[in-house]
Amino acid sequence: MTTTTASDLASTTPRAPGTRARTAAPDRGPAARARRRRLLHWIAVHAVAVAAALFFVLPFVFVLLTSVMSDDQAMSGELWPDEWNWSNYATVFRTPGFLDWWKNSLLYAGLGTLFTVGSAVPVAYALARFRFRGRRTAMILVIATMMLPPQVIVVPMYLVWAQQLHLSGSLWPLIIPMAFGDAYSIFLLRQFLLTIPQEYIEAAKVDGCGELRTLLKVVVPMARPGLAAVALFQFFFCWNDYFGPQIYAAQNPASWTLSYGLESFKTAHSVNWNLTMAATLLVMAPVVIVFFFAQRAFVEGVKLTGVKG
Amino acid sequence: MASSSLAPPPGLRRRRNRARLRTAGFLSPWLIGFSVFFAYPLIATVYFSFMHYNQIEEPDFVGLRNWKYVLTQMPLFGPALWNTLWLVVVMVALRIVFGLGIGLLVTKIKSATGFFRTAFYLPYLAPPVAATVAFVFLLNPGTGPVNGILGALGIPAPAWFNDPGWAKPSLVMLSLWGIGDLMVIFMAALLDVPKEQYEAAELDGAGAWRKFRYVTWPSITPIVMFAVVTGVVQTMQYYTQALVAGKLASGVSVGPGSVVQPGYPEHSTLTVPQLVYSLGFQNFNTGAACVLSLVLFVIAMAVTTLLMRKRAGLLPAEDRSV
Repeated sequence: MTTTTASDLASTTPRAPGTRARTAAPDRGPAARARRRRLLHWIAVHAVAVAAALFFVLPFVFVLLTSVMSDDQAMSGELWPDEWNWSNYATVFRTPGFLDWWKNSLLYAGLGTLFTVGSAVPVAYALARFRFRGRRTAMILVIATMMLPPQVIVVPMYLVWAQQLHLSGSLWPLIIPMAFGDAYSIFLLRQFLLTIPQEYIEAAKVDGCGELRTLLKVVVPMARPGLAAVALFQFFFCWNDYFGPQIYAAQNPASWTLSYGLESFKTAHSVNWNLTMAATLLVMAPVVIVFFFAQRAFVEGVKLTGVKG
Repeated sequence: MASSSLAPPPGLRRRRNRARLRTAGFLSPWLIGFSVFFAYPLIATVYFSFMHYNQIEEPDFVGLRNWKYVLTQMPLFGPALWNTLWLVVVMVALRIVFGLGIGLLVTKIKSATGFFRTAFYLPYLAPPVAATVAFVFLLNPGTGPVNGILGALGIPAPAWFNDPGWAKPSLVMLSLWGIGDLMVIFMAALLDVPKEQYEAAELDGAGAWRKFRYVTWPSITPIVMFAVVTGVVQTMQYYTQALVAGKLASGVSVGPGSVVQPGYPEHSTLTVPQLVYSLGFQNFNTGAACVLSLVLFVIAMAVTTLLMRKRAGLLPAEDRSV
């Protein structure tokens, strides 16, 4: 550079990338070129990011906009509501059965989560900490169970619940097995327990704690993030489950869950896309709310499944 | 022990027995669950696959007739297997490419990171039935906003879930919308790549592609492998979205639980798990349903074995020595 111009001086001070383009008129020298490349890079990345965000967010926006349209407008294919009929949501809640579906979903997801976490803790602890013959086999069987499509065993299982125990038409055939160790939760929790330093457990033993007391007083409090992740995943699994309720609760509308009932909602209101979209948002809402309250536990869980080990 | 001919002292044996009992006690929920809800139904599935059983009369032994029927005569077996394999190949591959792309993008974003991450992640949380209902609406050829916009732009709009050729690609699009799980996994893996390696590569004059190929890729392959295997396993179970999309797009006004030919349009969304349901719970052909279940089981176990062999990161390192 032969002369020092005002703009060159100015450009050495840090500034937001967007403002640079206007001041950098004489674009010479490697430093200026590098800055320009960084700016172009910033623009390119964020242009792609905005395009991607549109792909992810627009479906929610269209669903929301349609959910407040009047019955007539919802059939028109227009994008923007003429009037905002929030009363559509009240109509959805007044639909016969809708509140029962909520209740059933909460029962299934609540009890299911409780049972799953309760039964997974001792099993995961044994698999993470005890040395015994067949430990590797047990781990392989847990993973094999995890990989098994639920449809493989559903027919004989249904026959047992329906013909021997007479519990079809309710959600109990889905809830009861969760008290007997869910493979995915055991696996996830075990991965987490492995990260707890052995010294804490040794210290508890030195203090005279038995295995059960060590587990309850030392390990469980330390494993709270892992437990939260397992509980969240299980809650979401139950909330989203369609196959299970379809097998066991289909015959009895009083046992339907939200995920299952939503489909019948659409068929009952076949032309009323506005009400169906309102119901759809109402099914999504709890999951999204839970997510915002428990974001950290969630990310912890996702990382455990993939990255650890 | 000093000499192997000596029996272990009684105290040691007692302690060992106690340890064994303790292990069994801790494992008991799973031991019961595994036997009752996994081993038993699996054996029963094999048993029923050799039986004629309509769930009312007593089961009747028919040898290999169910197997022959499903594998050679049943008209829907071919389309169902084809659709499942199509989805396993196309959906898993595209999800990984797209997930990696979004993961990379997220690591590069410098402004409004929180907004972008949440926006990319949120659709993954949408319950599958709700997401499918939403997509059937968005893509419906009559009043759907997507075709409305395409029409306004003068782009020929397909019939999506109502066109046999477009139904599966529409399902793939729905699965790409919920890419959040892969995004988080890939993002974590990408952030774990040591920065010094990039700097070293830059000093050697490597461009963006060479940096990705020689620095990023080798260090994320275990995670990609993990994503492939779990993706294949999940896609073999692919059920809810395909079923709901087919049912809703067909426009048949019947409640759930009623008998409809699955896989609308023209069996293009019929997957193997749907066929199991249809055989076992709509046609009450228990034998054929169990045969199909076992076919699914064999494929799933083959993939799982491959996973154990390839060590895609599921079994932590310390286990391999046990």
